[in-house]
Amino acid sequence: MLRPYGKRMPTISISFTLNGSPVTIEIDPTHRLLDTLRYQLALTGTKEGCGEGECGACTVYLDGLPVNSCLIPTYQVRGRQVATVESLDPGGLEPFERCGATQCGACTPGVVMAAWWIREHPELLGTHTVRELMAGNLCRCTGYDGIVDSVAEALRETGSGKRET
Amino acid sequence: MLASDGAAIPIAGGTDLLVHWPVRVDAHDRTYMDLSRLDALKPFSWTRDELTLGALTTYWDVIQDPRAREELPLLVDAARQVGAIQIQARGTWAGNIVNASPAADGVPVLMAYDAVVVLESRRGREEVPLDRFYSGYKQMKRRPDQLVVEIRIPCRRYSYQVFEKVGARRAQAIAKVGLAVTHSGAGWRVVAASVAPTIRRCPAVERLLETGTPIASPEGLLPAIAQDVAPIDDIRSSAQYRTRVMARLLYHDLRDVWGKRE
Repeated sequence: MLRPYGKRMPTISISFTLNGSPVTIEIDPTHRLLDTLRYQLALTGTKEGCGEGECGACTVYLDGLPVNSCLIPTYQVRGRQVATVESLDPGGLEPFERCGATQCGACTPGVVMAAWWIREHPELLGTHTVRELMAGNLCRCTGYDGIVDSVAEALRETGSGKRET
Repeated sequence: MLASDGAAIPIAGGTDLLVHWPVRVDAHDRTYMDLSRLDALKPFSWTRDELTLGALTTYWDVIQDPRAREELPLLVDAARQVGAIQIQARGTWAGNIVNASPAADGVPVLMAYDAVVVLESRRGREEVPLDRFYSGYKQMKRRPDQLVVEIRIPCRRYSYQVFEKVGARRAQAIAKVGLAVTHSGAGWRVVAASVAPTIRRCPAVERLLETGTPIASPEGLLPAIAQDVAPIDDIRSSAQYRTRVMARLLYHDLRDVWGKRE
Protein backbone atom coordinates (compact mmCIF):
# COMPACT_ATOMS: atom_id res chain seq x y z
CA MET A 1 0.00 0.00 0.00
CA LEU A 2 1.57 3.24 -1.12
CA ARG A 3 0.75 6.42 0.65
CA PRO A 4 -0.37 8.84 -2.05
CA TYR A 5 1.40 12.20 -2.24
CA GLY A 6 -0.43 14.23 -4.84
CA LYS A 7 0.24 12.77 -8.23
CA ARG A 8 1.96 9.42 -8.61
CA MET A 9 5.45 9.49 -10.10
CA PRO A 10 6.96 6.73 -12.25
CA THR A 11 8.54 4.22 -9.89
CA ILE A 12 12.24 3.43 -9.66
CA SER A 13 13.83 0.17 -8.63
CA ILE A 14 16.33 0.16 -5.77
CA SER A 15 18.26 -2.49 -3.85
CA PHE A 16 19.59 -2.16 -0.34
CA THR A 17 20.18 -4.22 2.78
CA LEU A 18 17.37 -4.13 5.31
CA ASN A 19 17.87 -5.65 8.74
CA GLY A 20 20.61 -7.84 7.34
CA SER A 21 18.76 -9.11 4.26
CA PRO A 22 18.94 -7.85 0.69
CA VAL A 23 15.77 -6.26 -0.68
CA THR A 24 14.90 -4.94 -4.13
CA ILE A 25 11.76 -2.86 -4.43
CA GLU A 26 10.00 -0.43 -6.72
CA ILE A 27 9.60 2.92 -5.02
CA ASP A 28 7.85 6.17 -5.67
CA PRO A 29 10.73 8.67 -5.91
CA THR A 30 8.87 11.10 -3.66
CA HIS A 31 8.74 8.65 -0.77
CA ARG A 32 10.79 9.09 2.34
CA LEU A 33 12.50 6.10 3.90
CA LEU A 34 9.92 6.33 6.69
CA ASP A 35 7.07 5.93 4.17
CA THR A 36 8.74 3.04 2.41
CA LEU A 37 9.38 1.19 5.67
CA ARG A 38 5.93 1.68 7.10
CA TYR A 39 3.60 1.61 4.11
CA GLN A 40 5.43 -0.54 1.64
CA LEU A 41 7.49 -2.94 3.75
CA ALA A 42 5.02 -3.07 6.68
CA LEU A 43 7.75 -2.35 9.22
CA THR A 44 5.55 -0.19 11.41
CA GLY A 45 7.87 -0.17 14.43
CA THR A 46 9.38 3.03 13.03
CA LYS A 47 7.01 5.88 13.97
CA GLU A 48 6.33 9.27 12.49
CA GLY A 49 6.31 12.06 15.05
CA CYS A 50 7.15 15.58 13.96
CA GLY A 51 8.15 14.99 10.34
CA GLU A 52 10.90 17.59 10.64
CA GLY A 53 13.83 15.75 12.20
CA GLU A 54 13.31 16.98 15.70
CA CYS A 55 11.58 14.25 17.74
CA GLY A 56 13.58 11.16 16.75
CA ALA A 57 10.56 8.79 16.76
CA CYS A 58 11.48 7.67 13.23
CA THR A 59 15.12 6.85 14.08
CA VAL A 60 16.68 4.03 12.06
CA TYR A 61 20.32 3.15 11.40
CA LEU A 62 21.82 4.03 8.04
CA ASP A 63 25.22 2.38 7.62
CA GLY A 64 25.28 2.04 11.39
CA LEU A 65 24.50 5.63 12.36
CA PRO A 66 21.19 6.78 13.85
CA VAL A 67 19.29 9.01 11.41
CA ASN A 68 15.79 10.43 11.04
CA SER A 69 14.02 8.34 8.40
CA CYS A 70 11.55 11.21 7.84
CA LEU A 71 14.37 13.26 6.28
CA ILE A 72 15.76 10.63 3.91
CA PRO A 73 14.50 10.19 0.35
CA THR A 74 14.30 6.42 -0.11
CA TYR A 75 16.34 6.56 -3.31
CA GLN A 76 19.34 7.59 -1.22
CA VAL A 77 19.55 4.22 0.56
CA ARG A 78 20.35 2.24 -2.56
CA GLY A 79 23.35 0.01 -1.90
CA ARG A 80 23.38 0.93 1.77
CA GLN A 81 22.58 -0.79 5.07
CA VAL A 82 19.32 0.11 6.80
CA ALA A 83 18.30 -1.31 10.17
CA THR A 84 15.03 -0.68 11.99
CA VAL A 85 13.81 -1.27 15.53
CA GLU A 86 12.53 -4.67 14.38
CA SER A 87 16.16 -5.81 14.08
CA LEU A 88 16.90 -5.42 17.78
CA ASP A 89 16.95 -8.32 20.23
CA PRO A 90 13.85 -7.88 22.41
CA GLY A 91 15.74 -9.47 25.32
CA GLY A 92 18.18 -6.57 25.26
CA LEU A 93 15.37 -4.14 26.06
CA GLU A 94 14.79 -5.53 29.52
CA PRO A 95 16.67 -2.68 31.31
CA PHE A 96 14.18 -0.32 29.69
CA GLU A 97 11.26 -1.97 31.39
CA ARG A 98 13.10 -2.27 34.68
CA CYS A 99 14.08 1.41 34.85
CA GLY A 100 10.66 2.75 33.91
CA ALA A 101 12.01 4.11 30.63
CA THR A 102 8.70 3.71 28.84
CA GLN A 103 5.54 5.65 29.65
CA CYS A 104 3.09 6.39 26.84
CA GLY A 105 5.41 4.65 24.38
CA ALA A 106 5.15 7.07 21.47
CA CYS A 107 8.84 7.93 21.53
CA THR A 108 9.99 4.47 22.57
CA PRO A 109 11.00 2.90 19.23
CA GLY A 110 13.24 5.87 18.44
CA VAL A 111 14.54 6.10 21.99
CA VAL A 112 15.40 2.42 21.95
CA MET A 113 17.29 2.84 18.66
CA ALA A 114 19.40 5.68 20.07
CA ALA A 115 19.94 3.87 23.38
CA TRP A 116 20.96 0.66 21.64
CA TRP A 117 23.43 2.55 19.50
CA ILE A 118 25.08 3.99 22.61
CA ARG A 119 25.20 0.52 24.15
CA GLU A 120 26.97 -0.77 21.03
CA HIS A 121 29.40 2.17 21.00
CA PRO A 122 30.41 2.83 24.61
CA GLU A 123 33.60 4.51 23.40
CA LEU A 124 31.44 7.53 22.53
CA LEU A 125 31.04 8.15 26.24
CA GLY A 126 34.68 9.28 26.27
CA THR A 127 33.58 12.50 24.58
CA HIS A 128 29.79 12.59 25.01
CA THR A 129 27.28 12.12 27.80
CA VAL A 130 24.30 9.80 27.41
CA ARG A 131 22.06 12.86 27.56
CA GLU A 132 23.83 14.54 24.66
CA LEU A 133 23.65 11.38 22.58
CA MET A 134 19.95 11.01 23.41
CA ALA A 135 19.15 14.67 22.72
CA GLY A 136 17.62 13.85 19.35
CA ASN A 137 14.82 11.84 20.93
CA LEU A 138 12.05 13.82 22.55
CA CYS A 139 9.82 12.22 25.18
CA ARG A 140 6.67 14.20 25.82
CA CYS A 141 6.08 12.30 29.07
CA THR A 142 9.49 13.81 29.97
CA GLY A 143 10.65 10.45 31.28
CA TYR A 144 14.29 11.27 30.58
CA ASP A 145 15.75 10.12 33.88
CA GLY A 146 14.34 6.61 33.41
CA ILE A 147 15.68 6.53 29.86
CA VAL A 148 19.17 7.66 30.87
CA ASP A 149 19.19 5.23 33.82
CA SER A 150 18.25 2.34 31.55
CA VAL A 151 21.13 3.14 29.19
CA ALA A 152 23.54 3.23 32.13
CA GLU A 153 22.17 -0.10 33.35
CA ALA A 154 22.38 -1.68 29.91
CA LEU A 155 26.01 -0.57 29.66
CA ARG A 156 26.77 -2.11 33.05
CA GLU A 157 25.12 -5.38 32.09
CA THR A 158 27.10 -5.69 28.90
CA GLY A 159 30.37 -4.97 30.73
CA SER A 160 30.55 -1.35 29.52
CA GLY A 161 29.03 -2.63 26.33
CA LYS A 162 32.18 -4.55 25.40
CA ARG A 163 30.42 -7.53 23.94
CA GLU A 164 32.13 -10.32 22.09
CA THR A 165 30.12 -9.72 18.93
CA MET B 1 22.69 18.40 -15.11
CA LEU B 2 23.18 21.64 -13.23
CA ALA B 3 24.32 23.17 -16.45
CA SER B 4 21.20 22.08 -18.31
CA ASP B 5 18.74 24.54 -16.91
CA GLY B 6 19.88 25.41 -13.42
CA ALA B 7 16.57 24.19 -12.07
CA ALA B 8 17.88 21.06 -10.39
CA ILE B 9 18.37 21.23 -6.64
CA PRO B 10 21.39 19.40 -5.30
CA ILE B 11 20.49 17.16 -2.35
CA ALA B 12 22.91 15.58 0.11
CA GLY B 13 21.75 14.95 3.69
CA GLY B 14 18.23 16.20 3.08
CA THR B 15 17.92 17.62 6.61
CA ASP B 16 16.60 20.93 5.28
CA LEU B 17 14.99 19.86 2.01
CA LEU B 18 12.82 17.11 3.49
CA VAL B 19 11.40 18.99 6.47
CA HIS B 20 7.59 18.52 6.46
CA TRP B 21 7.96 16.85 3.06
CA PRO B 22 4.51 15.17 2.77
CA VAL B 23 2.63 18.47 2.93
CA ARG B 24 5.02 20.36 0.66
CA VAL B 25 3.49 18.94 -2.52
CA ASP B 26 5.01 21.64 -4.74
CA ALA B 27 8.48 20.49 -3.73
CA HIS B 28 7.71 17.00 -5.07
CA ASP B 29 7.62 18.22 -8.64
CA ARG B 30 11.06 19.82 -8.53
CA THR B 31 14.11 18.10 -9.96
CA TYR B 32 16.69 16.96 -7.43
CA MET B 33 20.22 15.92 -8.09
CA ASP B 34 21.30 13.30 -5.55
CA LEU B 35 24.92 13.92 -4.56
CA SER B 36 25.07 11.17 -1.96
CA ARG B 37 26.75 8.62 -4.20
CA LEU B 38 29.35 10.92 -5.72
CA ASP B 39 32.57 9.62 -4.19
CA ALA B 40 34.51 12.58 -5.55
CA LEU B 41 32.67 14.83 -3.09
CA LYS B 42 33.47 12.71 -0.06
CA PRO B 43 37.12 13.37 0.78
CA PHE B 44 37.80 14.92 4.12
CA SER B 45 41.51 15.56 4.12
CA TRP B 46 44.27 17.33 5.98
CA THR B 47 47.51 18.67 4.66
CA ARG B 48 50.10 20.39 6.82
CA ASP B 49 48.41 23.75 6.49
CA GLU B 50 44.86 23.12 5.35
CA LEU B 51 41.74 21.11 6.09
CA THR B 52 39.52 20.33 3.11
CA LEU B 53 35.93 19.34 3.72
CA GLY B 54 34.36 17.57 0.75
CA ALA B 55 30.85 18.68 -0.11
CA LEU B 56 29.49 15.53 1.54
CA THR B 57 31.42 15.88 4.79
CA THR B 58 28.92 15.66 7.65
CA TYR B 59 29.01 17.22 11.10
CA TRP B 60 29.57 13.75 12.55
CA ASP B 61 32.62 13.20 10.31
CA VAL B 62 34.21 16.26 11.91
CA ILE B 63 33.07 15.45 15.47
CA GLN B 64 34.79 12.07 15.14
CA ASP B 65 38.07 13.53 13.88
CA PRO B 66 40.75 13.85 16.59
CA ARG B 67 42.79 16.37 14.61
CA ALA B 68 39.77 18.65 14.15
CA ARG B 69 39.22 18.54 17.91
CA GLU B 70 42.83 19.55 18.41
CA GLU B 71 43.43 22.15 15.71
CA LEU B 72 40.04 23.57 14.73
CA PRO B 73 37.98 22.89 17.86
CA LEU B 74 35.24 25.39 17.04
CA LEU B 75 34.19 23.14 14.14
CA VAL B 76 33.56 20.36 16.65
CA ASP B 77 31.88 22.70 19.17
CA ALA B 78 29.48 23.98 16.53
CA ALA B 79 28.85 20.56 14.98
CA ARG B 80 27.84 19.17 18.37
CA GLN B 81 25.23 21.90 18.67
CA VAL B 82 23.57 21.20 15.34
CA GLY B 83 20.32 19.34 16.09
CA ALA B 84 21.41 16.06 17.65
CA ILE B 85 23.18 12.91 16.45
CA GLN B 86 20.47 12.02 13.91
CA ILE B 87 20.97 15.37 12.17
CA GLN B 88 24.74 15.47 12.72
CA ALA B 89 25.05 12.10 10.98
CA ARG B 90 23.32 13.42 7.84
CA GLY B 91 23.72 17.18 7.65
CA THR B 92 26.66 18.50 5.63
CA TRP B 93 28.80 21.62 6.05
CA ALA B 94 28.28 22.49 2.40
CA GLY B 95 24.52 22.17 2.87
CA ASN B 96 24.70 24.51 5.85
CA ILE B 97 26.48 27.08 3.64
CA VAL B 98 24.08 26.93 0.70
CA ASN B 99 20.94 26.76 2.83
CA ALA B 100 22.11 30.27 3.74
CA SER B 101 20.17 30.50 6.98
CA PRO B 102 21.11 33.55 9.03
CA ALA B 103 20.87 31.22 12.05
CA ALA B 104 23.25 28.54 10.74
CA ASP B 105 25.56 26.91 13.31
CA GLY B 106 28.29 25.66 10.99
CA VAL B 107 28.78 28.82 8.94
CA PRO B 108 29.91 31.14 11.78
CA VAL B 109 32.81 28.92 12.80
CA LEU B 110 33.85 28.31 9.19
CA MET B 111 33.83 32.08 8.63
CA ALA B 112 35.81 32.72 11.81
CA TYR B 113 38.43 30.29 10.46
CA ASP B 114 38.58 32.12 7.08
CA ALA B 115 37.09 29.21 5.15
CA VAL B 116 36.98 29.38 1.36
CA VAL B 117 34.07 27.95 -0.63
CA VAL B 118 35.11 26.10 -3.78
CA LEU B 119 32.47 26.14 -6.52
CA GLU B 120 32.57 24.15 -9.70
CA SER B 121 30.59 24.17 -12.90
CA ARG B 122 31.25 23.21 -16.49
CA ARG B 123 32.64 26.71 -16.87
CA GLY B 124 35.36 26.01 -14.35
CA ARG B 125 36.33 26.35 -10.75
CA GLU B 126 35.91 29.37 -8.55
CA GLU B 127 37.00 30.06 -4.98
CA VAL B 128 35.05 32.51 -2.85
CA PRO B 129 36.04 33.43 0.70
CA LEU B 130 33.04 32.56 2.89
CA ASP B 131 32.96 36.06 4.39
CA ARG B 132 32.21 37.39 0.91
CA PHE B 133 29.83 34.60 -0.12
CA TYR B 134 26.53 36.10 1.05
CA SER B 135 25.06 39.25 -0.43
CA GLY B 136 21.66 39.37 1.32
CA TYR B 137 19.00 37.21 2.93
CA LYS B 138 19.37 33.79 1.27
CA GLN B 139 21.38 35.49 -1.49
CA MET B 140 24.79 34.10 -2.30
CA LYS B 141 27.52 34.05 -4.91
CA ARG B 142 26.58 30.65 -6.22
CA ARG B 143 25.11 30.49 -9.68
CA PRO B 144 22.46 27.80 -10.18
CA ASP B 145 24.87 25.84 -12.38
CA GLN B 146 27.55 25.83 -9.71
CA LEU B 147 28.02 23.17 -7.08
CA VAL B 148 29.92 23.61 -3.84
CA VAL B 149 32.53 20.87 -4.15
CA GLU B 150 34.86 21.72 -1.28
CA ILE B 151 35.37 23.93 1.71
CA ARG B 152 38.99 24.81 2.46
CA ILE B 153 40.09 25.93 5.91
CA PRO B 154 43.62 27.18 6.61
CA CYS B 155 45.37 25.74 9.67
CA ARG B 156 46.66 28.54 11.86
CA ARG B 157 47.79 28.92 15.40
CA TYR B 158 44.93 30.45 17.35
CA SER B 159 45.56 32.38 20.54
CA TYR B 160 41.84 32.80 21.15
CA GLN B 161 38.76 30.98 19.89
CA VAL B 162 35.21 30.59 21.13
CA PHE B 163 31.82 29.57 19.75
CA GLU B 164 28.61 30.56 21.49
CA LYS B 165 25.08 29.53 20.64
CA VAL B 166 22.11 30.82 22.57
CA GLY B 167 18.93 28.88 21.86
CA ALA B 168 15.72 27.99 23.63
CA ARG B 169 17.26 24.73 24.81
CA ARG B 170 20.58 22.98 24.53
CA ALA B 171 19.80 20.52 21.75
CA GLN B 172 17.48 20.64 18.74
CA ALA B 173 17.27 24.42 18.89
CA ILE B 174 17.78 27.12 16.30
CA ALA B 175 20.05 29.94 17.45
CA LYS B 176 18.59 33.19 18.80
CA VAL B 177 22.16 34.51 18.81
CA GLY B 178 25.33 32.82 17.61
CA LEU B 179 28.89 34.03 17.86
CA ALA B 180 32.27 32.75 16.72
CA VAL B 181 35.41 34.67 17.66
CA THR B 182 38.99 33.80 16.77
CA HIS B 183 42.38 35.47 17.01
CA SER B 184 45.45 34.40 15.06
CA GLY B 185 48.34 35.99 13.22
CA ALA B 186 45.76 37.02 10.64
CA GLY B 187 43.97 39.15 13.24
CA TRP B 188 40.61 39.06 14.98
CA ARG B 189 37.53 37.50 13.43
CA VAL B 190 34.17 38.19 15.03
CA VAL B 191 31.27 36.45 13.30
CA ALA B 192 27.65 36.81 14.38
CA ALA B 193 24.62 34.62 13.59
CA SER B 194 20.88 35.28 13.85
CA VAL B 195 21.38 39.04 14.16
CA ALA B 196 21.39 40.06 10.48
CA PRO B 197 19.99 38.83 7.15
CA THR B 198 23.10 36.69 6.75
CA ILE B 199 25.83 35.28 8.93
CA ARG B 200 28.38 38.08 8.87
CA ARG B 201 31.65 39.36 10.20
CA CYS B 202 31.53 42.33 12.54
CA PRO B 203 34.23 44.73 11.32
CA ALA B 204 33.49 47.46 13.87
CA VAL B 205 33.85 45.04 16.78
CA GLU B 206 36.95 43.53 15.17
CA ARG B 207 38.44 47.04 14.93
CA LEU B 208 37.88 47.62 18.66
CA LEU B 209 39.84 44.44 19.33
CA GLU B 210 42.61 45.24 16.86
CA THR B 211 43.12 48.75 18.24
CA GLY B 212 42.90 47.71 21.87
CA THR B 213 40.07 50.15 22.59
CA PRO B 214 39.15 49.94 26.28
CA ILE B 215 35.63 48.63 26.83
CA ALA B 216 34.30 48.81 30.40
CA SER B 217 30.87 47.21 30.07
CA PRO B 218 28.63 45.35 27.62
CA GLU B 219 26.93 48.67 26.85
CA GLY B 220 30.28 50.00 25.64
CA LEU B 221 30.01 47.59 22.72
CA LEU B 222 26.57 48.70 21.57
CA PRO B 223 27.70 51.41 19.10
CA ALA B 224 29.99 48.97 17.30
CA ILE B 225 27.34 46.25 17.36
CA ALA B 226 24.82 48.70 15.86
CA GLN B 227 27.20 49.30 12.96
CA ASP B 228 27.78 45.62 12.35
CA VAL B 229 24.42 43.88 12.66
CA ALA B 230 20.69 44.48 12.16
CA PRO B 231 18.69 42.11 14.37
CA ILE B 232 14.93 41.76 13.96
CA ASP B 233 11.96 40.58 16.02
CA ASP B 234 10.81 37.15 14.86
CA ILE B 235 9.31 33.93 16.20
CA ARG B 236 12.48 33.00 18.03
CA SER B 237 13.48 36.22 19.72
CA SER B 238 13.40 40.02 19.71
CA ALA B 239 15.89 42.50 18.28
CA GLN B 240 16.44 44.01 21.72
CA TYR B 241 17.16 40.66 23.35
CA ARG B 242 19.51 39.65 20.56
CA THR B 243 21.50 42.88 20.78
CA ARG B 244 21.83 42.67 24.56
CA VAL B 245 22.84 39.03 24.50
CA MET B 246 25.39 39.65 21.78
CA ALA B 247 26.90 42.54 23.76
CA ARG B 248 27.09 40.49 26.94
CA LEU B 249 28.56 37.44 25.25
CA LEU B 250 31.22 39.55 23.55
CA TYR B 251 32.01 41.50 26.69
CA HIS B 252 32.21 38.55 29.05
CA ASP B 253 33.94 36.11 26.72
CA LEU B 254 36.59 38.70 25.88
CA ARG B 255 36.81 40.46 29.23
CA ASP B 256 40.50 39.72 29.55
CA VAL B 257 41.13 41.18 26.12
CA TRP B 258 39.19 44.46 25.98
CA GLY B 259 41.60 47.36 26.10
CA LYS B 260 44.67 45.24 25.42
CA ARG B 261 46.41 45.75 22.12
CA GLU B 262 47.30 42.41 20.60
